[in-house]
Amino acid sequence: MSLDIREGELLAVVGENGAGKSSLMNVLYGLYHPDSGEVSVGGKSVRLKSPRDAIALGIGMVHQHFMLVPTLTVAENVVLGREPTRRGLFDWERAVKEVAATCERFGFVLDPRARVDTLTVGSQQKVEIVKALHRGARVLILDEPTAVLTPQEADELARVMRGLVAQGRTVVLISHKLKEVLGVADRIAVMRRGRLVAEVRPSETSATALAALMVGESQRAVMSNAAATPEEKLASEALLEAVGFPAQGDNARPALRVGEKPPGDVLLEATGLQALGDNGRPALRVGEKPAGDLLLEATGLQALGDNGCPALRGVDLTVREGEIVGIAGVDGNGQRELAEVLTGLRSLTAGSGTLLGRPLKGLTPAEARARGVGHVPEDRLRRAVVKALSVEENIALGRHSGPPFAKGMWIDFAGRRERAQALLAAYDVRPPEPTLPLQALSGGNQQKVVVARELDARPRLLVVVQPTRGLDIGAVTQVHARLREARAQGTGVVLVSLDLEEVLALADRVYVLFEGRVTGQFTRPEYDERELGRRMLGAEQAHG
Amino acid sequence: MLEILHRLLFATLDAAPALVFAALGAVLSERAGVVAVGVEGMMRVGAFCAAVAALVMPTPAAVGIGMLAGAALAAVHGFLCIRWRSDQVVSGIALNLVALAGGTFLLETHFGPNGTPPIQQLQPLHWPELASVPLLGALSGHAAPTYLALLLPLLLQGMLTRTPLGLRLRAVGDKPHAVATLGLSVPALRWGAVLGGGLLAGLGGAVLSTTVLDRFEQHTPAGLGFMALAAMVFGRWTPLGAFAAAAFFAFGNALRIGLASSAPGLLDVVPQGVLLALPYLLTLLVLTFQGQRNSTPASLGVPYEQESR
Repeated sequence: MSLDIREGELLAVVGENGAGKSSLMNVLYGLYHPDSGEVSVGGKSVRLKSPRDAIALGIGMVHQHFMLVPTLTVAENVVLGREPTRRGLFDWERAVKEVAATCERFGFVLDPRARVDTLTVGSQQKVEIVKALHRGARVLILDEPTAVLTPQEADELARVMRGLVAQGRTVVLISHKLKEVLGVADRIAVMRRGRLVAEVRPSETSATALAALMVGESQRAVMSNAAATPEEKLASEALLEAVGFPAQGDNARPALRVGEKPPGDVLLEATGLQALGDNGRPALRVGEKPAGDLLLEATGLQALGDNGCPALRGVDLTVREGEIVGIAGVDGNGQRELAEVLTGLRSLTAGSGTLLGRPLKGLTPAEARARGVGHVPEDRLRRAVVKALSVEENIALGRHSGPPFAKGMWIDFAGRRERAQALLAAYDVRPPEPTLPLQALSGGNQQKVVVARELDARPRLLVVVQPTRGLDIGAVTQVHARLREARAQGTGVVLVSLDLEEVLALADRVYVLFEGRVTGQFTRPEYDERELGRRMLGAEQAHG
Repeated sequence: MLEILHRLLFATLDAAPALVFAALGAVLSERAGVVAVGVEGMMRVGAFCAAVAALVMPTPAAVGIGMLAGAALAAVHGFLCIRWRSDQVVSGIALNLVALAGGTFLLETHFGPNGTPPIQQLQPLHWPELASVPLLGALSGHAAPTYLALLLPLLLQGMLTRTPLGLRLRAVGDKPHAVATLGLSVPALRWGAVLGGGLLAGLGGAVLSTTVLDRFEQHTPAGLGFMALAAMVFGRWTPLGAFAAAAFFAFGNALRIGLASSAPGLLDVVPQGVLLALPYLLTLLVLTFQGQRNSTPASLGVPYEQESR
């Protein structure tokens, strides 16, 4: 694997999860050490023993998971490690001034005195960028920077990146969102399984061509096999295409803006996606009432978060049979707590509701399961599986006391094996080996096991949180197909995801949560990514 | 009335230093993200080594030996927790057990079950100009550790909140990965905090056997290390808070002794055992009402691994 990064360019590195993008960048930043090979900066071979060396060479990195100390202020986070001092003491006022100066120089609007945990995700990302620039970074590596941003914040980030390049700095953007890459990059490097498979200019390629390069031909065959119908396949491709990142603003380097589309066009594309995704279910159209029975009706739900502060401040929610209800929002606005309330893991402080015919209040996880609530939690290793147990034992978890997993008070080994094998085959889990410890499986296959288990219980209401986080495209397609299948069989699905594209691609209706309240409600054809983004940032509710 | 207050205050100032030092040591270690369950053991080792060293050298030097002994035990903790990333609570408890059994073994084989021979205690310092002022007079007539225990919390608080080192220590306890990405060494910072904590815990133990008592006794420090942990939690992991909590616990203890001596009739009504348990009950009570707040360092007890985040 070798890669050149040129001065003053915006290089995008794309590839599936696990293709090695982040590992490569961590090597460049001195966090990981290469087994062999070398890194040269400005023609000179260098050894990067720690981030200190990388920083000294002018390399800065913005990590996918922010490297900020939440309890410290913006200024403290930025200067950490090179603190200004006065008579041996930390000079806070000067730190604030220095950071304010850096912010101004690069055009960031940030309050250096604010505590980082009070900032929005978008602002925290700016802090990360300022942190690198403050250390004199000439080369800035951004690892999946838009994964957690709203469309507006992503637009702003694109402007920031172009601005930095215009100032002669180099930006390396790691992403798997092809549209956004096509919109901003000067050059695109495609990685697959630890290798550089192509280097292209945005003008010479398209999202479809890039996706093909990323996934590779063999994998692609798997994908189309996995997808249940041609529509599903189309939908997944459309999903790839519609990763909206309209290039707007920034006219600094129009020559390079290949693949640029006026904003209106993107909207059009998103509409196209809906039509495709909807092919299976033409019944759900504007103005038509969904026909299914009411599974969940809740009003004024309130609950506390882990920190003891109110996380839900009055959420109204309905879910019917045979629909996917998406919960969109920026991380930490009550989505997690809402999912936990619906699965009996968190108790309500106020509000009432009816879940599958009985009150929501006082629900316990066992009771939820008994009523027919399935749960695919966000953190599968903590909440969904026991990683040291075998795959079949994990499949039996939760239903281990009844058939086909038990006979009377004894485990039914044969029945369990049979069911496990059937599910592993049906969900294309690899390797399909029921006795393997679950931790021997890749993340995507672990998730398939969880989804298989939950759907095998034939839930009437399925609560899924971030079902495809960290999965590769093949597994994502499969999980999505399964959720659609469950919907077709009449299950009501509550889909909580931070990935707006995922929500828009799957959900029939979308609630937007902001600070524990519903700030917007959208029904399928009227999705407007911009408007959704506005609501995710707390704009007032105008309709719904 | 004033006389009783004076005596209570004096007794508090006499008894507080050991607890204050141990609590500060725990704060230092835990703010950097390393659990300090081992303070009890570090205190015991410090107390034992100081008492034995004082048999052959001047007592102030022996206190220094006690500190080093505490740091040595902390180094074992650091080696297990930082170098080998083992479970910090288990490591701490193991240290406590080793110190408990090891102390008993060495005491009984070398000195018999009644403790080490008596040593020269640290001399109290008198401030004649203070002694005549009401209440403030209680400040006079203590050994050096008492005054250090009044000064050190301020210094440590200043270090944590006002110096670059303090900023880094707080950062490493909350989000070590952020510190690592800035090119700072997480292990170095944590080692410093753990060893510093060991020095302070050892000092706390040494104070017990050189000022509170004049020997190392079988049961030293009798759970004081755990009270120090309680003081740390109660004080929300800040040096000044831990100091206030430790002083409060010491006051509770002084109150118990004061109650027993000033009102002998009380013992007929309230059994001696209840009075003895009073400081511990206070601790439980306080912790119950305080609950677990957000002041806990976010990465406390989480071993740092570069490739996980």
